[in-house]
Amino acid sequence: MSTVMVDDHHHEEHPRGITRWLFTTNHKDIGTLYLWFALLMFFIGGLMALVIRSELFQPGLQVVEPQFFNSMTTMHALIMIFGGVMPAFTGLANWLVPMMIGAPDMALPRMNNWSFWILPFAFAMLLATLFMPGGGPASGWTMYPPLMLQTGDALPFVIFSIHLMGISSIMGSINIIATILNMRAPGMTLMKMPLFVWTWLITAYLLIATMPVLAGAVTMLLTDKYFGTSFFNAAGGGDPVMFQHIFWFFGHPEVYILILPAFGIISQIIPTFARKPLFGYSSMVYATASIAFLSFIVWAHHMFTVGMPLAGELFFMFSTMLIAVPTGVKVFNWVATMWKGAMTFETPMLFAIGFVVMFTIGGFSGLMLAIAPADFQYHDSYFVVAHFHYVLVPGAVFAIMAAVYYWLPKWTGHMYNEKLGKWHFWLSTIFVNLTFFPMHFLGLAGMPRRIPDYATQFAGFNEIASIGAFGFGLSQLLFLYLVVQCVRGGAKASAQVWEGARGLEWTLPSPPPYHSFTTPPVVR
Amino acid sequence: MRNPAGAVRAALLAAVTLPQWAMADYALNMTPGVTDISRKVYDLHMLIFYICCAIAVVVFGAMFYSILRHRKSQGHQPATFHESTAVEVVWTIVPFLILVGMAVPAAKTLIAMENTADADLTVKITGYQWKWRYDYLDGDAAGVGFFSNLATPRAQIENRDAKGEHYLLEVDNPLVLPVGKKVRFLLTANDVIHAWWVPDLAIKKDAIPGFINEVWTEIKEPGVYRGQCAELCGKDHGFMPVVVVAMNEKDYLAWAAEQKAASGAAAAAADRQWGKQDLMAKGKQVYDTNCAACHQANGQGIPGTFPPIRGSKVATGPLDEHIAVVMNGRPGTAMQAFAGQLDDVSLAAVITYQRNAFGNDTGDVVQPKQIKALR
Repeated sequence: MSTVMVDDHHHEEHPRGITRWLFTTNHKDIGTLYLWFALLMFFIGGLMALVIRSELFQPGLQVVEPQFFNSMTTMHALIMIFGGVMPAFTGLANWLVPMMIGAPDMALPRMNNWSFWILPFAFAMLLATLFMPGGGPASGWTMYPPLMLQTGDALPFVIFSIHLMGISSIMGSINIIATILNMRAPGMTLMKMPLFVWTWLITAYLLIATMPVLAGAVTMLLTDKYFGTSFFNAAGGGDPVMFQHIFWFFGHPEVYILILPAFGIISQIIPTFARKPLFGYSSMVYATASIAFLSFIVWAHHMFTVGMPLAGELFFMFSTMLIAVPTGVKVFNWVATMWKGAMTFETPMLFAIGFVVMFTIGGFSGLMLAIAPADFQYHDSYFVVAHFHYVLVPGAVFAIMAAVYYWLPKWTGHMYNEKLGKWHFWLSTIFVNLTFFPMHFLGLAGMPRRIPDYATQFAGFNEIASIGAFGFGLSQLLFLYLVVQCVRGGAKASAQVWEGARGLEWTLPSPPPYHSFTTPPVVR
Repeated sequence: MRNPAGAVRAALLAAVTLPQWAMADYALNMTPGVTDISRKVYDLHMLIFYICCAIAVVVFGAMFYSILRHRKSQGHQPATFHESTAVEVVWTIVPFLILVGMAVPAAKTLIAMENTADADLTVKITGYQWKWRYDYLDGDAAGVGFFSNLATPRAQIENRDAKGEHYLLEVDNPLVLPVGKKVRFLLTANDVIHAWWVPDLAIKKDAIPGFINEVWTEIKEPGVYRGQCAELCGKDHGFMPVVVVAMNEKDYLAWAAEQKAASGAAAAAADRQWGKQDLMAKGKQVYDTNCAACHQANGQGIPGTFPPIRGSKVATGPLDEHIAVVMNGRPGTAMQAFAGQLDDVSLAAVITYQRNAFGNDTGDVVQPKQIKALR
């Protein structure tokens, strides 16, 4: 087995200073890089959100020009999705997968280094487009042609940076699959793997299947703009709607790429603090796999208004509604895990419970959106904005924060400040709802998304949402402070950390050794 | 950033107008609308909403009961159960049955919405950056066609004036429809994808260049129904509203006759000789409606994105080239071909205006007849 091939001579001789980070092939260092990078992008993307919310605080144009506003909505999405949530999950996978399956490191350490170090260049290039003639991309993260083809000099840079992000994701996924399938400790059968490992295994396959599709779609944009092709140009025999089909064939699995690892995290945390094993482990695995499968046959529910044949609309409506079944199973299993447990409510558990409640609210609005006739009213309105922010912010982002609080003592060897952690949870929860809940009402009342100015009847709830957004943004500074404080010092954490924690990572000391398991542990 | 003085003025104005929008109604729900279909959509929306609420009560109820009762701090000992195939089967089957209960009425409504057959009247809707065009293809107003532009003054958008009642939801020429008739819309677009959305009609349909989409409505009540473009279509996506005026049969016939008479008068105007002053006055109006969104009201454009008119090579260079650019556009850029959008008088006027306003002072005057000859 590959686990016994580790070179024992280099144990403690890793380089220090900047070269440690530039040349590192260590899964923990790379995980740390990913997580800090994601946090930086989270703040940059968050600042863009605050520019958007400042402009929308009142009707009328006050802060930015409409074109720049459109750039902000576009960049905010690209940065949060590809720079924030995805690298954060990859960072967590790097830190945790080897420790959870009893491996010394990732299977492909040099590729691991490369897949991280591509990202800073990709995002530097993406951000640089804001300063190019014609401004940054302003056609939404969905990049629909023909509008996307009106982008100025930024277009090829945006496309190249998306290619780089895709290469990084694909390499990261190959590494995770290779690690999980080849480097498990003896006795760690697939159906004994922690759920976080399972959800990431499935996510990695989704990434490998869909990122090339996105790369193909944006490459066709590139050739349409510069090489005279007409893939999406009706005048040349092409079809602008074809882009949307290709994009969402990537885009819908992408949505689950952003949430399946979160499901895994929550499935680790709730049993720990309920002091009771996860209810329905195998049905959780099957539900994850079902969601992944369904994600490939529902894409056109993002496009009910493009004018599909009736049969197509019915098919995509029914298949989309079906997703509620495995997603419901997951939520029921989490509740059943809590049921008759002995719960305590440390910060990770608070974030996990917040996740279950608010993700489910996002799930309900998702079910409403699946109903095609009603979707004609909801589509491209603020109702959709409310929906996907509920599943992404108190969904994916809360899960990432829960994970950080849960494993930070393991990573650093120090306990974080529990009292401040609880403050962070309650402030985030109050403000995230203040920001996004009124958006349901705005959408139902008829406010379209992606507009820099609005009719006066929408003023009231926009004002509330903007106040909430600033509150949420400021609350995250507390998170930064807490993490830095915990990294620098604090009460010593035990190996077990949490009373109810189960799994191989808790058998290692806190902080764990540079190479996780140099001799494979015994899994009963 | 806009200029700081403007920002201060905006803040002051906001303070003055605060009570006006502090009273803005906090609308919570979707409109039931004014058609049978919109009513069905509303009922469907409420049905699913109530089902979701019921599920939420059960699931969150169980969860919060557990959170309150099954605490370590209350000395609750953890149970050890972690599997039950029977329970898993139940909570797979029951949600599935609930979904079937939703799918049946949803499919029925969808089938009704997609039936565009037997229409009394057909209107073609074309999306442009950033306005709508309506063409009546048959019926009493057959042959009538016009553009529908945002009518809210720039001063309101830039916070120099107080905002009107229908701020951003008002147009110069609304779409006029008769009540009680089945109207079929054919949607397409000239440049990028737009979406025509009127919540009261429960219609949102993409207008896609090179393709024609179909949708229909039958409005019950006379009235004014407002909506907006719903698909991001560039800089002024937020500034291309939809206004539908539904009239009873008699008013609609009178409106149709008036429109036809007006288009006859416009054709006659193109044949006479125009004075420079008249052209400049008309040109300013056409410029502000069609050109100012990009090239700006002061002709300075937006550096790096939209070229200026003031002192530009085109507007001060050879006249023929200027006319060609305006009429045919510049393919691959946001500059549209206006030959199909503006009539001879408007084109002559706006080109005359561009060549003489903003200090361009070329002295050139373009007559409608010159444009007519170039078509």
